[in-house]
Amino acid sequence: MNAKLVLENGMSFEGKAFGAPVSTSGEVVFNTAMVGYTEALTDPSYYGQLLSLTYPLIGNYGVPNEISDDITKSKWESSRIQAFGFIVSNLSDIHSHWDSDMSLDEWLKKEGIPGISGIDTRALTKVLRDSGAMLGKILINGQEVDFYDPNKDLLIEKAAVKAPVEHGKGDKTVLLMDFGCRNSIIANIVRRGFKVIQVPYNYDCSHLKYDGIILSSGPGDPARYSFMTSKIKAFMEEKKPILGICLGHQLLALTAGAKTYKLTHGHRSQNQPVIDRFSGRAYVTSQNHGFAVDKKSIPTGWISWFENLNDGTNEGLWHKNLPIRSTQFHPETMPGPVDTGFVFDEFKRCF
Amino acid sequence: MDNKIKKVVILGSAAIKIGEAGEFDYSGSQAIKALKEEGVKTILINPNIATIQTSDYLADRVYLLPVTVDFVEKILEKEKPDGILLSFGGQTALNCGLELYDKGILKKHGIQVLGTPVETIRNTEDRKKFNQVLDEINVDYPKSKAVGSLEAAETFAGEIGYPVMMRIAYALGGLGSGVCRTKEQLVERASKAFSYTSQILIEEWLGGWKEIEYEIVRDKYDNCITVCNMENVDPLGIHTGESIVVAPSQTLSNREYQKLRGIGIRVIRHLGVVGECNIQYALDPFSEEYRVIEVNARLSRSSALASKATGYPLAFIAAKLGMGYGLHELSNAITETSAFFEPSLDYIVVKMPRWDLKKFRNVSRRIGSAMKSVGEVMAIGRNFEETLQKAIRMLGTGARGLVANEKFVTSSIEDSLSKPSDERLFAVVDAFIEGYSIEWIYERTRIDKWFLHKIKNVVDIALRLGQGENLDDSFLLEAKKMGYSDEQLAILGYKEEEEIYNMRLKAGIHPSIKRIDTVAGEYPAKTNYLYLTYEGIEDDYTEKHPDAAIILGGGPYRIGSSVEFDWCCVIAGKTVRESGKTSIMINCNPETVSTDYDEFDALFFEELTFETVREIYNKIDPAGFILSMGGQIPNNLAVRLDANGLRILGTKTEYIDRAENRSLFSAMLDDLNIMQPEWKALTDTKSALKFANDVGYPVLVRPSYVLSGAAMAVATSDLELKAFLLAAADVSNEYPVVISKFYENAKELEFDAVAQDGEIICYAISEHVENAGTHSGDATLVLPPQRTYFETERQIRITSAKIAKNLKINGPFNIQYIAKNNEVRVIECNLRASRSFPFVSKTLNKNFIAIATKVILREKQKPIRIPMYDYEHVAVKAPQFSFTRLRGADPATGVEMSSTGEVACLGDNFHEAFIKALISVGFKFPVTSILISSGPTASKAELLSSIKVISDMGMIIFATGGTSDFLTAHDIPNLKLNWPLDEEKPGVVEYLKEGKIDLVVNIPKNYNEDELTNDYTIRRAAVDYAVPLITNRQVAMRLFEALSKISKEDLKIKSWDEYSVK
Ligand SMILES: Nc1ncnc2c1ncn2[C@@H]1O[C@H](COP(=O)(O)OP(=O)(O)O)[C@@H](O)[C@H]1O
Ligand SMILES: Nc1ncnc2c1ncn2[C@@H]1O[C@H](COP(=O)(O)OP(=O)(O)O)[C@@H](O)[C@H]1O
Ligand SMILES: [Mg+2]
Ligand SMILES: [Mg+2]
Repeated sequence: MNAKLVLENGMSFEGKAFGAPVSTSGEVVFNTAMVGYTEALTDPSYYGQLLSLTYPLIGNYGVPNEISDDITKSKWESSRIQAFGFIVSNLSDIHSHWDSDMSLDEWLKKEGIPGISGIDTRALTKVLRDSGAMLGKILINGQEVDFYDPNKDLLIEKAAVKAPVEHGKGDKTVLLMDFGCRNSIIANIVRRGFKVIQVPYNYDCSHLKYDGIILSSGPGDPARYSFMTSKIKAFMEEKKPILGICLGHQLLALTAGAKTYKLTHGHRSQNQPVIDRFSGRAYVTSQNHGFAVDKKSIPTGWISWFENLNDGTNEGLWHKNLPIRSTQFHPETMPGPVDTGFVFDEFKRCF
Repeated sequence: MDNKIKKVVILGSAAIKIGEAGEFDYSGSQAIKALKEEGVKTILINPNIATIQTSDYLADRVYLLPVTVDFVEKILEKEKPDGILLSFGGQTALNCGLELYDKGILKKHGIQVLGTPVETIRNTEDRKKFNQVLDEINVDYPKSKAVGSLEAAETFAGEIGYPVMMRIAYALGGLGSGVCRTKEQLVERASKAFSYTSQILIEEWLGGWKEIEYEIVRDKYDNCITVCNMENVDPLGIHTGESIVVAPSQTLSNREYQKLRGIGIRVIRHLGVVGECNIQYALDPFSEEYRVIEVNARLSRSSALASKATGYPLAFIAAKLGMGYGLHELSNAITETSAFFEPSLDYIVVKMPRWDLKKFRNVSRRIGSAMKSVGEVMAIGRNFEETLQKAIRMLGTGARGLVANEKFVTSSIEDSLSKPSDERLFAVVDAFIEGYSIEWIYERTRIDKWFLHKIKNVVDIALRLGQGENLDDSFLLEAKKMGYSDEQLAILGYKEEEEIYNMRLKAGIHPSIKRIDTVAGEYPAKTNYLYLTYEGIEDDYTEKHPDAAIILGGGPYRIGSSVEFDWCCVIAGKTVRESGKTSIMINCNPETVSTDYDEFDALFFEELTFETVREIYNKIDPAGFILSMGGQIPNNLAVRLDANGLRILGTKTEYIDRAENRSLFSAMLDDLNIMQPEWKALTDTKSALKFANDVGYPVLVRPSYVLSGAAMAVATSDLELKAFLLAAADVSNEYPVVISKFYENAKELEFDAVAQDGEIICYAISEHVENAGTHSGDATLVLPPQRTYFETERQIRITSAKIAKNLKINGPFNIQYIAKNNEVRVIECNLRASRSFPFVSKTLNKNFIAIATKVILREKQKPIRIPMYDYEHVAVKAPQFSFTRLRGADPATGVEMSSTGEVACLGDNFHEAFIKALISVGFKFPVTSILISSGPTASKAELLSSIKVISDMGMIIFATGGTSDFLTAHDIPNLKLNWPLDEEKPGVVEYLKEGKIDLVVNIPKNYNEDELTNDYTIRRAAVDYAVPLITNRQVAMRLFEALSKISKEDLKIKSWDEYSVK
């Protein structure tokens, strides 16, 4: 079956269809990670997006079953594919791995998500790099659909859990504000001996008992969620340990009075270098965001904890006298390097 | 950074040998560049005169001297450096450095080891310590034990059970290592090993596990990154240097990739490496079980590959870290982002080894945990099928890809699959053609099914063509994406290659140019590091350069073509740039400096095939090609490129052809009445014998089609000639055999020169120590000549001038002469740079290649007088053999080249330079005991006087039967040792084993292919027990004289510039 990728700027790319045979649309983004398509596709931050991978050979090791009963063992980042479409150069016609339960193609079919292969994803990446993420659609057998702009939607609404979920056990409890959280964030907290209550972003927590708060990652432009700041301000006043990750970090910054802006070159890779302003140590991190916290706007009382070695943008915040921390990158990773797990240890230390 | 360091010594890796090839020229050159940037004075010690790193424009000072403790210590005393780099010259430099450290020499002179501390190196090299270190951070490694005795080895092997893996500490390229399936095998291997090492490692055999490598960089602030991971297509059991390797890994999940990455970083931090290193893993194909196989705490072949595969300059960065920088303080030259990052590839890289086993008599073709390959190629593409087929073509072995080849597989499919040899990949293809299943092949090879399936994809296309499927545009495009060359398709589709090309033209099917930028397009790139792929819709690089010279590189290193041509290519590129024109390189060898992206204005890491270079030419529309720098591969393309109207710079193709084509060339020589050995091309054995008898034996035989063994041989009788023609060759109208009169006791000389419009601009004559009959590549060269008649040189000069004029040469050329009683004959003439250009250029301090390049660019050059007699030094170039690694191979030289590398040293006289050169290729000096088998009666007589000389100076002389009697008869005291076959004591082999002999001189009895087993056994034993060996009479005589004249004190510690005449 033939398929076509059409961009809002009018460009189009011919390819072959795989996965579910339905046309789709969304925001086209790329990632330069060479491994981890399972983790990426199930990452809620990709909700509503058409994900293109720059690495050309995809599907080689198939797809492992989700292990849903124990989140610390989960091989997916959420219980379903979150991206609306998948764009690859070369879809492997064989999957060879002891841990593979199905082919990528079968998986996408099962999940009702279309894919397009045979695309020069390097050419596409250069377009997106220079003009920023843009809307696009994947047309299967010419069946038309309209462009869809996920940023017009309240994405966290779609990506977050609908009702509270509990994970793990421990004498201390962490409240997880879910904006579209990845499993491995929860896994990292549970592994450190906490009980986690995962609640929707708009959930009324007044009746809940908890000792610390996580503001999770999630999709979309932080500015659209300014209504969250009052809630987060309330949390801050409780003086409990808080850790914000990615979107959570940006919302924390907005609450603190800082500003966010759209990056000309979004960070969409597993090899983003950040430096820890305290230790002077540098780390390779996994990132996926198009917005950043404006360093100049960081209010007094806060320290720019991490910064990006490539473009100097802010990568984390540290409150001078409250146990509040946040990172723009994903310390939990998956897919990606596991070098910054210590951020969770720091969070634990705050208790 | 550390500004106390003002002056640094860098140790090179000396001659190119199996396991230590060009990669260290690349890493050394990068280190020098990095230090110069810091204003640090650099002193290089490396006798490999053909390297780029020993060029006059890199290090501040170059010592063309052996990388041995004695020499290096003296140099350190003289130069008083602040620091020393040990990790850029392979195992040679590392071992030498460790010895300097242990002997307290570095301490004594207050010299700091830059980069990874010696303790760390020690912990990685000593397997016992290494395992302890891994235990401290509970990382898994193969069950193993380091043992110091045969008994201990057997006991432990008994405990863990056979098969076991045996390995050697402080060895590289898996020297002497291998699987021992039985006790007997263990005993045999181990006893050999203990003759040159005190410690071996017995460990759990993990054959069949995935073999994965990571390249890791760490700075002194403990910042640590993994720059590249690689997966071996051939699973564990086959040395990474013998394996097909892909980057990045293809069959690892994110979990596995990150797990091994994380462990690597933990290990390297715990070890405390500062700079670059390589970690190798075994990974269970059926679980997340892993083992750490080893860490190389130095730049390695893998790191050179990783640098080229990712565009991340590992050696350059490592040198900076050695100077005290932090990774976060350095930047990525390609994107100008931070150097603290991990490259992201948007393409796949395939590395393939190049073997030359056919060149050796008696050698085993099996491959395993020890290296035998002499070089490698790297291909880049956007799918595995395309990239693998490109890599195969790059090897230049005649293979056109996976399919459409002559039959390569000699033994049964089953055997060649389960007993890996250099032909296994093609056995896999044959198996698919025969209809065997992926499963069946997997069971026998343990090659991951993913790779097997991809190979099958390629074969399937061939089968479809075989079934007559019409090659329409879409099928054509599909095939091109699967890496099919036009030639392959022509063969399989019963068409002409040009037809396929025209079909592509009509359908507009051309490859796209893609750029390697280390960030998969996330940021814009500044450099032009490029490759071609059919999986693309646009070019990253669209510039046209009417002023560009496209230089074709030398391809993989192999016997007969090595770093010397890379030097020529790099110098040519530099000269083109300096003359303000655009320089573009096409090459495919990751070990080279010419594939360093900043050496040229643009680098295409691509095939050197007609099809590919034409595609590039059409996109660039350059001034033309330079074919005379990269050796024979580019040279062979001349006629075809010219015939298709592609511009070639330099000597006109018609003349190149006239020199290459035997009959045309010979006719020309006759017209000019220049003498040449009588020769004839014959199509049947009968006329061959007749001609041989007419000109008289011995004769040199060159079949045009070789079935097995050597391509050339010398026959001394009808019997031998018949035998050779029947056994080795197929003689017919299609495949004539060329027979030439073989001149005995003749001198051989090299004429290297540059001509402009047929007029010689500069030239050098080098003399061979060996008489004609030892391939020029294996010969010991002397410049200026010491034992050649003035008249002979005059004739060579005059003859060469005639040839240059007649061929209207524009550029470099080389003529080989044989001379006998002042008559010179031409053996061959190449209108390109030759192996000896770096040697003559550096010895005479006149850059022949720079001059040649200017001529090629039509910049008028004035003739240069080189005052041979004013030189106060003599240079000697000596060959490096790698027989140690080629189990079974007969280490005797002949008309076929068999050396893998070379060195050259300078001295105040021949003897000094000669001894230095020999030490550089592994001779021990001084020598106190020699074993002599002096060969035929004639040679016994010839050797007598020089043997007398060393005997008089008190040398202990051992001799075999005939020689002993002969010496005794001429009252030269000697101890007779029994031939191996006699199995009587005292026996030769026993003495060699016990290290009672410093040097073996074994002159083969005749030129016959099948040598007497006795002589073979002695030569082989010498090699296996690491005793220096000489098999040529002239070399023996020169050495005996030198030994009698030279003592340690005479070996002067002088740098290259201290010799050069300005
Ligand atoms: N325990 C083992 N079982 C099977 N093969 C092994 C084992 N250890 C090493 N090898 C093979 O031997 C090769 C050489 O071993 P290695 O330790 O890398 O030595 P070298 O220093 O020569 O690289 C490896 O590339 C691997 O393929
Ligand atoms: N007619 C001859 N008489 C004696 N030796 C010869 C003769 N022809 C060639 N040789 C020897 O054989 C070697 C290889 O021959 P050559 O023609 O140069 O082959 P190649 O093309 O491999 O260099 C020469 O270097 C020389 O030592
Ligand atoms: Mg190794
Ligand atoms: Mg020759």
